[in-house]
Amino acid sequence: MNAEAFISLLNGSALVQSLQPVSFVPPGLIFIIASLLIPILRNHRIRNIYLLAIPVIAFFDMLRVEKGVFYRIDFLGYKLVLARVDELSIVFAYVFVIMAFAGVLYALHSRNNLEFFAAFLYIGSSLGVVFSGDLFSLYIFWEIMAISSVFLIWLNKEPWQERRKAIGAGFRYIMVHATGGVILLGGIILYILNTGSIEFGQISYGDLASILILISFILNAAVPPLSAWLSDAYPEASVTGAVYMTAYTTKTAVYVLLRAFPGVEILVWLGAIMAVYGVIYAVLENDIRRLLAYHIISQVGYMVAGVGIGTEMAVNGSASHAFCHILYKALLFMGAGAVIHVTGRRKLTELGGIYKYMPLTFFLYMVGGFSISAFPLFSGFVSKSMVIAASAEAKMPLVWLMLTLASSGTFLHTGLKLPYFTFFGENYVEKAKRVKATEAPLNMLLAMGFLAFLCIFIGVYPDVLYRMLPYHVDFEPYRGQHITETMQILLFTALGFFLLLKYVAGEPTISLDTDWFYRKGAKIFMRFVGGPLAIAAQFPLTVANHIADRVKWFSKSPVSATFLIIATGIYKIFGTIPGLQPEHSKILIEEAWKNYPGEPVRRSPIGDSVILVLLIMVIYGIICYLKP
Amino acid sequence: MRLSELVEKEEYKRWLWRIFLIMLAVTVIADFLVHREHVEFVWEQIPGFAAFYGFISCVFIIVFSKWIGHKWLMKEEDYYEREEAP
Repeated sequence: MNAEAFISLLNGSALVQSLQPVSFVPPGLIFIIASLLIPILRNHRIRNIYLLAIPVIAFFDMLRVEKGVFYRIDFLGYKLVLARVDELSIVFAYVFVIMAFAGVLYALHSRNNLEFFAAFLYIGSSLGVVFSGDLFSLYIFWEIMAISSVFLIWLNKEPWQERRKAIGAGFRYIMVHATGGVILLGGIILYILNTGSIEFGQISYGDLASILILISFILNAAVPPLSAWLSDAYPEASVTGAVYMTAYTTKTAVYVLLRAFPGVEILVWLGAIMAVYGVIYAVLENDIRRLLAYHIISQVGYMVAGVGIGTEMAVNGSASHAFCHILYKALLFMGAGAVIHVTGRRKLTELGGIYKYMPLTFFLYMVGGFSISAFPLFSGFVSKSMVIAASAEAKMPLVWLMLTLASSGTFLHTGLKLPYFTFFGENYVEKAKRVKATEAPLNMLLAMGFLAFLCIFIGVYPDVLYRMLPYHVDFEPYRGQHITETMQILLFTALGFFLLLKYVAGEPTISLDTDWFYRKGAKIFMRFVGGPLAIAAQFPLTVANHIADRVKWFSKSPVSATFLIIATGIYKIFGTIPGLQPEHSKILIEEAWKNYPGEPVRRSPIGDSVILVLLIMVIYGIICYLKP
Repeated sequence: MRLSELVEKEEYKRWLWRIFLIMLAVTVIADFLVHREHVEFVWEQIPGFAAFYGFISCVFIIVFSKWIGHKWLMKEEDYYEREEAP
């Protein structure tokens, strides 16, 4: 046998395949393992170096990633895959790692080690989802994401935050995601029963399993009416925690939708409605980060619509828009967060006029604002337009009109309303002399500068992004027609804004969203539980206790008890006991009742429960015995 | 010149408005001149349609949202903290 034949034989054997040398570690594991050390790093400087080094290591690890299927693990007869790598996972993984670096840099001044711990787990599990090749590991990482991210809300101990609101919002967040997780698990189990495979790939839409999986995915993507958790929870997170949250949960959802449900038509409409929905709510918002949160919903709408259109250009558009969106939305949250960090104020009606104190923050925020609004030379221009062009290519005029309307609304709020009433306009900050505004800390500015650079870089050299996308890109954003079209929409939106300026100012209100159903609904539910339900639930217990009392009484002396009952019965029926005078029988029976052994029955909780258990077991036994 | 002067002095404000209006005019005029290769819908052939649609969208979003907000969606800030029945 010659050497070549031997090697090819070896390569074909299962043993060699499983021992196939892998040059990289799944990037998610780097973050998850690295997170374990964070709580014990007490020295501020060492901790900071460590925190910044991990995303850098993960980035170099990403450079070594090869396409294929690696890290297969046998588990209960199923094959788990921790690293299934293809173009789609690589796009998302790159931006997740870049975002991790920016998020950590932005938070470096923080003394809250637990927040970093939660954030690293959150980032690691998001990367885990992106590289999962099977539904089991997908589910596990999905749940870790929900649980770790809720701590970014609960750990918000900043002085401007009402603790009670953060705790409440966190609980609502985790309960919504726990529900989503259960729905996903149900869908996965049904899917495995139907197909016998746990591989995570395209899922044919139609049966119950696929619908359950789709619901849990669109819940994480914040598709209305399942979107209220996002706008409810994100603004209650810490300034630094919210920055991570904007990036990962919704975008992993976009990733799994792209993987499993490309071309499912309902997503086109959900996405288009979502894009407009977020914009409409953003008009009403007064809390600056909640306004931006509604714009996450709007922007993810473009991605969801792209998934639904499902053509090569649409899939490219969704993936690239997710990439750009993570960078500019984090930048916007960082800008708004810097304002809150410095002034301690979070409402449009309490801010205003601070551009004098924070010109750099204002400038960097506006880069984000121009990017999300899709101005030429900024990142949104090269990605958002791909989704809109895909809707035109697929001949969907209504979708095109809705998405374009939402673009106008995006610039209106993130690019005009929020910065105008925060940095210009009536100066409520200066009027209240207590608030001192200065420029944001250096690390925050550096993080924002880093992201602003990337936003412009991608806008100017879109090929960097286009080369990473799943399909070959046949799309040129910088065409004359496209530029004039975009500029007209944006500039005339600005005209509308300045003409209606006095109507768009923030108002000190909150807006009803679908969280009303579980926030007010929960109160109604609790009133029902405390009232009618509690009484109804008590009823069988009262009956059972009554029976138990009788049984105890009877068991003290069964023979005399039996006689007593029979004698009383006879006396009640005939008015006398045979052979005795009526008045004698009455005395006799009264005496007998009085002398019946023992004291009156006394309730003891333990005894009661023992008897209840006994009763249930007896009934259970009877049912088992009678069952054919 | 500092940014604060630019936005606070009335004189500069007027200039900003003029520049802005000139930019609006330039984009619309440019739309008449560009070569249209990708035309999927009728309206993409009409020069200046995007300007019209952008303005209409902006006004629609503000008017519709504020209307539905004041009619229905907007509540006082302590809406969820209050104890009485909804």
